[in-house]
Amino acid sequence: MQPIVSIQSLSKVYDSGYQALCAVDLDIFEGEILALLGPNGAGKTTLISIICGIVSGSTGSVRVAGHDIVSEYRITRDLIGLVPQELTLGAFDTVWNTVNFSRGLFGKKPDVAYLEQLLKDLSLWDKRDSELRELSGGMKRRVLIAKALSHEPRILFLDEPTAGVDVELRQDMWKMVHRLNDSGVTIILTTHYIEEAEEIADRVGIINQGQLLLVDDKKNLMQKLGKKQLLIELRHSIGQIPPELAQYELETSADGAHLIYTYDTQGERTGITALLQDLHNAGLAMKDLKSSQTSLEEIFVSLVRAQ
Amino acid sequence: MINYQAIRVIYKYEMLRAWKTLLQTIASPVISTSLYFVVFGAAIGSRIEQIEGVSYGVFIVPGLVMLSLLTQSIANASFAIFFPKFTGTIYEVMSAPISFFEIVVGYVGAAASKSLILGIIILLTANLFVDLNIAHPFIMTLFLVLTCISFALFGFIIGLWATNFEKLQLIPLLVITPLVFLGGSFYSVSMLPPVWQTVTLFNPVLYLISGFRWSFFEVADVSVGISLAIIGLFLLACLALVWWMFKTGYRLRN
Repeated sequence: MQPIVSIQSLSKVYDSGYQALCAVDLDIFEGEILALLGPNGAGKTTLISIICGIVSGSTGSVRVAGHDIVSEYRITRDLIGLVPQELTLGAFDTVWNTVNFSRGLFGKKPDVAYLEQLLKDLSLWDKRDSELRELSGGMKRRVLIAKALSHEPRILFLDEPTAGVDVELRQDMWKMVHRLNDSGVTIILTTHYIEEAEEIADRVGIINQGQLLLVDDKKNLMQKLGKKQLLIELRHSIGQIPPELAQYELETSADGAHLIYTYDTQGERTGITALLQDLHNAGLAMKDLKSSQTSLEEIFVSLVRAQ
Repeated sequence: MINYQAIRVIYKYEMLRAWKTLLQTIASPVISTSLYFVVFGAAIGSRIEQIEGVSYGVFIVPGLVMLSLLTQSIANASFAIFFPKFTGTIYEVMSAPISFFEIVVGYVGAAASKSLILGIIILLTANLFVDLNIAHPFIMTLFLVLTCISFALFGFIIGLWATNFEKLQLIPLLVITPLVFLGGSFYSVSMLPPVWQTVTLFNPVLYLISGFRWSFFEVADVSVGISLAIIGLFLLACLALVWWMFKTGYRLRN
C-alpha cells in the first residue's frame, strides 16, 4: 500500500541551533489514525509543522500523496488540514466568517451548504454569528477543527487536541475523530496522554528528543512489549516455592501470601492451566486470582527512560 | 495557477477589519489633517507669503496627503502581518496553498487600498479649506497609487521583520516621520540654505513629495521624471526584499 504521507530522514535544526528532529523516517497510510506520543518538547509539533508547511525542514524530504511538500506545496497543502495546539483565533471575527476565510485561503469556492453541515456536526451552528472571543475554550477548539476541515482535507493533523480539555469534551473529541476517520479522513494526532493514544489510535509512534523511537500497530506494540502477570493470592502464606512449581519461574511477594506468574501474551500457550493444576497438586489453596497487562504508559516510560 | 480565492478572502478580511475600526482608520487622519489646515493653513499660513506663486495653505496640501499616505500605508500593512504573527493565527496562512505573491497581493493590496481611500478623503477634506486645482490628474493618481503600494510593501516588510511592538513602531517613528517632515512637506527646498538643500537631495521622500506637488501646481524641487524613477526603484527594492524574505522563510518558517 502506498503511504499517503512519506517522511524520509527528516531533520530540523532551528536558527537558534536547537535540533528538534533527528533523521525521522515515517510512513502514514490512508485511512488510519496515527498517534504520535511523546513528552513535551519531543519534536511532535515541529514534525507536523514541517509536513503542513509552517516550518521548513533542514534536511530530508516529505511527500504527501506522492507529491513533494516543497516543490508541489499547492497540491500537498490542499490535502491537509491542521488543528493547532494553541487556541489561536482572531478575537473579533464571527464563527461563520472565520470558517469562510479558511476555506477561501485554501482556494476553495464558497460552499454554504458544506460549511453549514460542518458547523452543525461540530455543534457550532447556533454560534455561527458569535464573535470568537465570546466562546468558551472548548468551543474555540471546535472552531479550530471546523477551520481545519473547511476545505475538505483528506488528512487531518490534530496537535494535542485534548490538552487542557475536560473529560466530557475529550470524549466528544474522540467520537468526532472516529466519525471523521469513518468518512475516510486520515488522522494524525499528537498527544502526551497515553490513554488517548490507547483509546483511539490504530498505530502509535513514540517520539522523544527529536527521534522516532518506534512506530507500530497499537495492538502489536502492546503485545510485543506488554507482559501479562497473573497474581495468585494464597489462602495460606508459604515460605518458599514448592519444587513441583519450580519450572514456572514464579516470584513470591514479601509476605509469602502471593505468587506472581509472568507470561508472554504472544505465546500460543500461556501455561496457566498447567500452573493451576500443579498448584492444586502441590496442595496450595487459592483465595483469589488477578491478571494485569502492562499499559502503554509503562511501555512508553520504559522506552523513553532507556534512551 | 493563482489562488484567487485566497487573495479574495485576505483582501476582504483586511478591508472588513478597517470597517470595524472605521473611526480609527478614517476619522483620526481626517481630524489631524484638518488640524494641520487650521494651524498651518489658516493661522500661520495667512502670514506666510506665496511660494512660487502658490498660497501657503494650498502649497502644503500635497505634502499633507503624502504624510498621511506614507504613515498609514506602513501602519496598515505592518500591523496586518505582524498581528497574526503575534497572536499565532498566521499558522493558517502559512499552511495554506498560497504563494508569497498571493499573500503580498492580499495584504499589501488591502493596505494600499485603505490608504488610497484615505488619500482621497484627505484631498476632499482639503478642498473644503482651500481651492484646489489639479494640473495633471493622471500623474497625481499615478503618484498616489505608487506611493500607497510601495509604502504598504515597505510596511509589510517591517511587519515581517518586527519581533515585538516596539520594533513595529521603531522605523515609522524614527525614520519615516523625520524623512517626511524634512522632505519638504511644508516648505519648498529652495527656502533652505544651500548646504541643507544638498543634504535634502539624499532624502528619498523629497522626490515623492516634489513629484506629487508637481502634479498639482507644476512646481517641483526636482524633475518629475526623477521622482517617478525613484519611487519605481523603491517599489522594486521592496518587492525584491519581500521575495527574499519568503524564499528564505525569514522569521516565518525558522
